[in-house]
Amino acid sequence: MINASVTALRRALDAREISAVELATLFLDRIDSANPGLNAFITVDREGALAAARAADARIAAGTAGPLTGIPIAHKDVFCTEGVLTSCGSKMLANFVSPYDAHVVSLLKEAGTVMLGKTNMDEFAMGSSNENSHYGPARNPWDATRVPGGSSGGSAVAVAARLAPIATGTDTGGSVRQPAALTGVTGIKPTYGVCSRYGMVAYASSLDQAGAFGASAADCAALLTAMAGFDPRDSTSLERPREDYTRDLDHPLAGLRIGLPKEFFGPGMADDVRAAIEAVLAEYRKLGATTVDVSLPNARLAIPAYYVIAPAEASSNLSRFDGVRYGHRAAEYGDLADMYGKSRAQGFGAEVKRRILVGTYVLSHGYYDAYYLKAQKLRRLIAQDFQAAFARCDVIAGPTSPTTAWAIGEKSDDPVQMYLSDIYTIAVNLAGLPGLSHPAGFGAGGLPVGLQLIGDYFAEGRLLNAAHRYQQATDWHTRRPA
Amino acid sequence: MSRTDWEVVIGLEVHAQLNTASKIFSGASTAFGAEPNRQASAVDIALPGVLPVLNRGAVERAIRFGLAIGAHVAPRSVFARKNYFYPDLPKGYQISQFELPVVQGGAITITVGEGDKAYETMVNLTRAHLEEDAGKSLHDDFHGMSGIDLNRAGTPLLEIVSEPDMRSSAEAVAYARTLHALVRWIAICDGNMQEGSFRCDANVSVRRPGGPLGTRREIKNLNSFRFLQQAIDYEVQWQIATLEDGGSIQQATVLFDPDTGETRMMRSKEDAHDYRYFPDPDLLPLVISPEWIARVQGEMPELPGAMKARFVAELGLSAYDATTLTASKEIAAYYQAVIDAASVALAKPCANWVMGDLAARLNKAELDIADSPVSPAQLAGLVRRIADNTISNNIGKKVFEALWNGEGGAGADAADRIIEAQGLKQVTDSGAIEAIVDEVLAANQKSVEEFRAGKEKAFNALVGQVMKASRGKANPAQVNDILRARLGG
Repeated sequence: MINASVTALRRALDAREISAVELATLFLDRIDSANPGLNAFITVDREGALAAARAADARIAAGTAGPLTGIPIAHKDVFCTEGVLTSCGSKMLANFVSPYDAHVVSLLKEAGTVMLGKTNMDEFAMGSSNENSHYGPARNPWDATRVPGGSSGGSAVAVAARLAPIATGTDTGGSVRQPAALTGVTGIKPTYGVCSRYGMVAYASSLDQAGAFGASAADCAALLTAMAGFDPRDSTSLERPREDYTRDLDHPLAGLRIGLPKEFFGPGMADDVRAAIEAVLAEYRKLGATTVDVSLPNARLAIPAYYVIAPAEASSNLSRFDGVRYGHRAAEYGDLADMYGKSRAQGFGAEVKRRILVGTYVLSHGYYDAYYLKAQKLRRLIAQDFQAAFARCDVIAGPTSPTTAWAIGEKSDDPVQMYLSDIYTIAVNLAGLPGLSHPAGFGAGGLPVGLQLIGDYFAEGRLLNAAHRYQQATDWHTRRPA
Repeated sequence: MSRTDWEVVIGLEVHAQLNTASKIFSGASTAFGAEPNRQASAVDIALPGVLPVLNRGAVERAIRFGLAIGAHVAPRSVFARKNYFYPDLPKGYQISQFELPVVQGGAITITVGEGDKAYETMVNLTRAHLEEDAGKSLHDDFHGMSGIDLNRAGTPLLEIVSEPDMRSSAEAVAYARTLHALVRWIAICDGNMQEGSFRCDANVSVRRPGGPLGTRREIKNLNSFRFLQQAIDYEVQWQIATLEDGGSIQQATVLFDPDTGETRMMRSKEDAHDYRYFPDPDLLPLVISPEWIARVQGEMPELPGAMKARFVAELGLSAYDATTLTASKEIAAYYQAVIDAASVALAKPCANWVMGDLAARLNKAELDIADSPVSPAQLAGLVRRIADNTISNNIGKKVFEALWNGEGGAGADAADRIIEAQGLKQVTDSGAIEAIVDEVLAANQKSVEEFRAGKEKAFNALVGQVMKASRGKANPAQVNDILRARLGG
């Protein structure tokens, strides 16, 4: 059961081979034993999970169960969950119990999922390794001395180590896809606006998008179907009919044109990653797809553009954490400015402070045009590059991350090296496109490699279909860490 | 050099609270006076993860304003974040509009002064933009701590920015009053200045006539026209005195203290915030379609300027009368209803009654014209009876007082009922008037002699006696004619 797919769990629940309460207990017990070593969860809500499981069993008994009723799930701690700590991996919110549910959380509650707990993450989703968590780093189940990637590291670890069958995450510059790649699971970030951001603690509003983790593309499709949908409370949420992302999973790949951007295959990619990616592409060709060379000439500008826009938005988004109404307030302070200064100095970690400072700087009078406006121009150029590429191909493929998981502490002192680990994922957020990472075999030391598929706007179904057909023909996604 | 060598330059920024039922970015109520923080939603208190959703009612009011002042209503405008820390600013930024405001340009014609000295001038507007209000910090009653009330946080405001087109405190006040009447006229703001629904900031500088603009100081948060006038007057004399003493003006924000009548420095330019404006990524650009503008245009009431012009052109009123009668929507509506019930031919006497006896009586009773006990139809009935000589103007005043006291009932025929009941109908029967005249002449031989000796005043005294003897009901013109004939004059 621990390794079963969502489809298999659905069958087992409906056939009464296992109850939702038993299934939840199975995963909760696994969390109890494995989480101390992996640190995937910040909060485990056994009581809440069992209550939700009992409700799910009632629905199953009443014959009103949906595809996810009774399926255990973990939520990244960036999503507000009513009555449950929502810390965002920060000391600043280490005492914040949300009075309301995020839209994504309420949709998944309505679907009957059973929330096991809240997963570890880089503080305020700022990071690529999960080392920037107030609660300590989550660890990669393939090698506990290594990072799981970030910022949604806890959710990726939970799914990879089978502490939860599925999990939610958020992806601002690669925070779903990169940890999925580094932990050997499948993760998808949909088109910007497909999932509501309401109740998702904002990092960089114009880039943040909720995403799904699962062992397979099929599991991700089931989860994304339930969590996507228009929400009038989010002005950037897109008013479109709800979609069933599982519908076209089995569509044959014959004729699929896969674009290979030369910029994603240049120097900088580790040899073991390159070998794994080439092998996956060969398999795709075997399945009937063709590959075509494309170019994204401005993709190299994605990281500098991102590290202007994201900190700029973050510097403003995080202003509300001032110790006045909720969150951390310094125990002792003098005047108002001192209260702000001490509360924020104590409540935020180093990387969050760095990005607030960078963001404040680039928005300052006299620098705004040179940084923020210039970055927005680059953003448009990058989006145009993708549109030009999609004239020649249906999906774009390449590595998700230039390397496999690195050792905890290896890049902690070098923010730029850390930022470069998102070199293939960031452009996708800047353009607002959907992206998926699926297991692509293993590199040196038996560490997972991920392949990234990028689609045109609203091509989530196409990406999931391609990954699913690949997973039907291969078994990388079924491998589990020891 | 003397004070006459200086020219005053004033521009105003007015924050008009838009009268939407809910806030500009949340569904919380905007009603005034609730218990602290009872009208603050998750969005208003800026919980983690919440997002703003624009209230289209606020946009619609901005469009109305743009159309009313002949401005460009931007087909695409942008909400921006104005970043600064303050405890009553929950998000750490205010959502406002910066580079691309919803209303651009436009102008307002104002009438300054009264009577012969009155003149008209035009004040150009720079822009008007939508933004949210902050909450309130409460510094009393918390034993050394401050309280925060976020009920007002997120209340929609239209910030209306004028060009520095005003040259005196009188012009500034006339502009503020005209603007105040306009926002109420087009029903976008209740104009309640005590509750802060209409707040003025004045940018004031002085310069040598024709010279370059002087350095300005901004007087913040003036919530009455009287304070606006006093604050500007004080500021102007302070700036002139400072300059004439060889000093210089530093750009600053100042506050007006109504108790001392003085302005004092709040912060200097050096202390000014860098607000780090940038487009709010949580809100899409505000797109206003031509169809939306056309629909709002179709729902616009006749504006004061157009109404005033119509009163002059079609009713033959003087510019002064027309200005007075369009000073507020309520006065204009009342007057329009009076002439609708009387007749266009009686426009001038109707105007006199509305601006004269009615205004004085309302003023005495401290009543708004909308609450007048004398309805427009009743006043029209009175004016008609004077016009058709049923009663004289003097008796009319008596009838008006009776109308005010509700004596004729609630109907439109109240004046007729009063005239009938009190027997006030004018005497026009020549025989009856002649009889009274003869009695009066017989009893006032002294006056008759004085008149014959050339004292014209004595004639007026005789007229008065006749009117008195008729208890005011004799037709004054007839009395005149008969008296002259009798006296052989």
